[in-house]
Amino acid sequence: MTILANILIVATIVFGVIFTLVTAVGLIRLPDIYTRTHAASKSATLGVMFILIGVFLHFWLIEGHLNSRILLGIIFLFITGPIGGHVIGRASYLSGVKLWDKSVVDELAPVVEERKKQFNKQ
Amino acid sequence: MKTNDVILQTTTKVIFFIIILFSIHIFFAGHYAPGGGFVGGLLTSSGIVLLLLAFDLKTVSTMLPINYTVMVAIGLLIALGTAAGSIFFNVPFFTHAFEYFTLPLLGKQSLHTAALFDAGVYLVVVGVTMTIIQSIGEDE
Repeated sequence: MTILANILIVATIVFGVIFTLVTAVGLIRLPDIYTRTHAASKSATLGVMFILIGVFLHFWLIEGHLNSRILLGIIFLFITGPIGGHVIGRASYLSGVKLWDKSVVDELAPVVEERKKQFNKQ
Repeated sequence: MKTNDVILQTTTKVIFFIIILFSIHIFFAGHYAPGGGFVGGLLTSSGIVLLLLAFDLKTVSTMLPINYTVMVAIGLLIALGTAAGSIFFNVPFFTHAFEYFTLPLLGKQSLHTAALFDAGVYLVVVGVTMTIIQSIGEDE
C-alpha cells in the first residue's frame, strides 16, 4: 500500500515539475507576449496544481494528516491562474503590443477600433 | 476607452470569499500554528484591495461602508483594554489568562485573552492598510 501511494505521489510531482519546466522553456522560446502568456497561464497552473496534489497525497497517505489548505490552494490556483493570463494578455493588447509578425488573423482589432471611435465621439 | 471587466469582476466575486475565509482561518490558527492577527489582517485587506482593483472606489465603499480610521482606533482600544484588564485582577500589566470551556458546537476549547489582543492587532492592520491604499487611490 505504501509503495502504491509512493508511486502515485512521485508520479504526480514529477508530472507537475515537467509541466513547470515546459512553461519555462515556452517563456524563452515563444515569439510574442500572447503566446508566452498562453504558455505561462496554462501549463504553469497545471504543473503547480499537480505538485500540490502530490504534496497533499504525501501528507494524507504517508503522514496521515489531511491538509485542507492545500485543497483550497489548488482550487484557488485553478481559478486565478488563467484569469491572470487573461488580464495580462488583454492589458498588453489594449496598450498596443504588436502580435507576432507571422500571425494570420486579428479579430479583436476591428472591435477595439469601433469602441475607440465610440469613445471619442462622446 | 471603457473596457469590459466581466471576467475579472465575476472571478473577484468568487475569490473574495475564499480570501476572507482563509484570513479568518489564519487569524484563529495563530495560537497553535503559523498565522495570527498581523497576517490575517493583511490577507483581509488584500481581499478588499482585490475588490478595489476589480470595481472602483465608490462601489467598494458602498459595499463595505467602513470608516477605516475609526477601525484603527477601535483596534488600539481593544488591544489596550485586554492589556489593562489584568490590572483589575492584581497581576502585572499584559498578563494573559486562559481557561478551558465546553462550547456547544466546537467541544472543549481553550479560550485565551491573547486572542482578544490579536483581534485588536487584526483591526489595526486592516485599518492602516486600507487607509493608506484608499488615501493614495482617492488622490486625483
